[in-house]
Amino acid sequence: MARTADVVIIGGGIHGCSTALHLALRGLKPILIEKDYAGRHASGVNAGGVRQLARDVHEIPLSISSMDIWERIEELVGDDCGFDAHGTVLVAESEAELAGFRERVDDLNLRGFVHEELIDAAELRRLVPAVSEHCPGGVVSRRDGAADPFRTTQAFRRRAVEKGAEVIEGVTVTGLTRIGANWRVETSAGVFEAPRIVNAAGAWADRIAAMLGEPVPLSVVAPMLMVTSRLPPFIKPVVILRGRKLSFKQLENGTVVIGGGHLSTPYRDSNETVLDWEKLAISARTVWELFPAMHEATIVRAWAGIEAYMPDGIPVVGKSSTSEGVFHQFGFSTHGFQLGPGTGAMMAELVATGSTNTPIDGLGIERFQTKQK
Amino acid sequence: MTASADLAPSYELVVIGGGPAGLAAAALAARAGVSTVLFDENPGVGGQIYRAITSTPVKDRAILGEDYWDGAKLAEEAKASGALIVNGATVWSLDRQRIVGISIAGKARMIEAGRVIIATGSQERPFPIPGWTLPGVMTAGAAQTALKAQGLVASGRTVLAGGGPLLWLLAAQTLRAGGKIDAILDTMPRRNWLHAMFHLPGFALSPYFGKGMALLKEVRAKVPIHRADTIEAVGADRVREVLFSSGGETRRLPADLLLLHQGVVPNVNLANAAGVAHVWNDRQLCFVPVLDADFGSSVPGIAVAGDGAGIAGGTAAAERGRIAAIAAVRALKPDCIVPDTQAIRQRLQREEMGRSFLDLLNRPVDAFRQPAGNTIVCRCEEVTANQVRDTAKMGCEGPNQMKAFLRCGMGPCQGRLCGLTVAELISAERGATLDEVGYYRLRPPVKPITLAELASLPISEAERKAVER
Repeated sequence: MARTADVVIIGGGIHGCSTALHLALRGLKPILIEKDYAGRHASGVNAGGVRQLARDVHEIPLSISSMDIWERIEELVGDDCGFDAHGTVLVAESEAELAGFRERVDDLNLRGFVHEELIDAAELRRLVPAVSEHCPGGVVSRRDGAADPFRTTQAFRRRAVEKGAEVIEGVTVTGLTRIGANWRVETSAGVFEAPRIVNAAGAWADRIAAMLGEPVPLSVVAPMLMVTSRLPPFIKPVVILRGRKLSFKQLENGTVVIGGGHLSTPYRDSNETVLDWEKLAISARTVWELFPAMHEATIVRAWAGIEAYMPDGIPVVGKSSTSEGVFHQFGFSTHGFQLGPGTGAMMAELVATGSTNTPIDGLGIERFQTKQK
Repeated sequence: MTASADLAPSYELVVIGGGPAGLAAAALAARAGVSTVLFDENPGVGGQIYRAITSTPVKDRAILGEDYWDGAKLAEEAKASGALIVNGATVWSLDRQRIVGISIAGKARMIEAGRVIIATGSQERPFPIPGWTLPGVMTAGAAQTALKAQGLVASGRTVLAGGGPLLWLLAAQTLRAGGKIDAILDTMPRRNWLHAMFHLPGFALSPYFGKGMALLKEVRAKVPIHRADTIEAVGADRVREVLFSSGGETRRLPADLLLLHQGVVPNVNLANAAGVAHVWNDRQLCFVPVLDADFGSSVPGIAVAGDGAGIAGGTAAAERGRIAAIAAVRALKPDCIVPDTQAIRQRLQREEMGRSFLDLLNRPVDAFRQPAGNTIVCRCEEVTANQVRDTAKMGCEGPNQMKAFLRCGMGPCQGRLCGLTVAELISAERGATLDEVGYYRLRPPVKPITLAELASLPISEAERKAVER
């Protein structure tokens, strides 16, 4: 006997859990199927940056709507998720780089986006006193911040269940077929049926898309992070670079998380990653140059989370191009954590009503099919 | 002194750890003609059992015992074999592609290895009792290190607590060195004898039988021994007294130093971080790597020898190192001449013979492995037994989720002091087997390194590639 639901969501990352919660809040009955456990991969082990800064223009509306939710996250999920808003600062390492940032901010302003703000050397030093003297300025997004990723994903999962969603973990989807008005979802724990499906399977989402006859050029990546032992507090905002890969953040407990997108080798079938220490050494040198105070900091752990990267670096969000009742929400290309809350709300609206007020133009899966022809 | 810049980019065999397994493995492989490097993090080789064997200030051979001096021969053989032996070298990373991350005198290097033998030995089992984080509470192993390396014995009122061969050996060594022990609290229950007796015939034939009996007799003649069902270290700023109960009666002993020990378990961190599969060993109450007859692990080209393969003692460790080395030589250079493994396997079997008896006799009781109440479990992040138990009841299925919920195991010790405790507490609360619960997924660096050390890594090639991406 197949179990039935209004929607089957495949994947228990922040996106799947957020969509489950927002569907449940709309009175629908979703079943979420997760092959490991919620937050096991990128959603649970990312750097935790909650950032509107430096985003592709196509995803800025989702990022802004997400930010509105982040600012009342405790109201929504019953947990503050460790969110604090000390801003994100994009540091310019040269006058030429700063000039490029100025163009970007001007362009955003023309489009009506005002969250990015150019800052001079004095304001940069006020926000980030420890930054090296060679940096002439930067960009700040003041509402940005950081949160605890695993705690956040678990909070969405927990609240979704409280509101009527069912979350089934340790179960793999093995087949999808359309039968009448329903989708038949075959899994390692039996069959589920629902008229609608959301593919939020992250680094495994291309396999779901392939079952639907719409292959996507997804690559599996695992950006590396490392964390130091506890240091005295010396920096509040999240700091990122553009020319070199770096994201840098001191947590409340004093540890410093260093990331920025250097990649390890992922093995998605065994849930393993093999770190590339030569690239982490590049991160270490970047930190060394940017924050002289960090020289004797001790690295206690490095890791990587497996996720999906699209060729154009922006996610696949929207209706399937081939299959009625199927929706995609994957491919967040190493910056999907902040987008989770708002994308889940948008997706629930799209699934429930067939359309959404949040602009998602340019994010559809069809952009890959037309290119392939 | 070998600097990290002096190392070749690759070696046919990399041996990690300079205890008996590592020394024997490196000596055999190098003599057979394989380019071999042995990395050891201490100032001199010997590991724990033969610590400071080439430099100890304790010259009276009787103090540390003749078994200790067996290590000198192993060290000499390794030195004479042609293997490059690098001391002061911390291996902080190993992956399934056999890239070894090493740091020497503050400079890091990545070295490629044709084969790897992990010989990182054992560590003391966590002994979480109330007050074990107080200054003045140490492990017996730490005290033994001070004795071997610096010739130091404890002054002040000293209480030893726990059980297992090392506890009694340390007691004897301390007494011989002129130290004083005020009391030993024996935590091994008498009923262990019932389970162990079945294996007594095997033990009686093993070399440990006579030595063990003599050791117990030597210590019992000089130190009062009490049975203890519970132990607590008490003191505001440091340990002042030890509270213990036996048969419902509580007693207090004044103490300046409390040395805890309840056996040793494999040090799994490096193998685990390299992706080597482990299983629970219920007789030794610890996780052990899954190994073939040549000590090869689930990761091709990586072997685990010595006590890291399961506790069997120093002599067995050397034989295991030799077997692993022979397999490595055969794989790397099939034409090289190696000794026949048959004789080595027979010697190993003899060494391992009494192990069941020792394991069962020295099996720590649940109460000392699965603490209750507010006893600290994870020292780095100050997580208590109750927090772990409550989180397990809430639905947390394993140590990796526990890490995410409570941060236990995420401090600088990388779970060495809490991993087994957390796994056992989850198992107890959820009624799941230890294999279902599993262990921490360990992340490199397996030993902390500074940002400066990491930044010192030569990276010209990698930098070029990174710019391309």
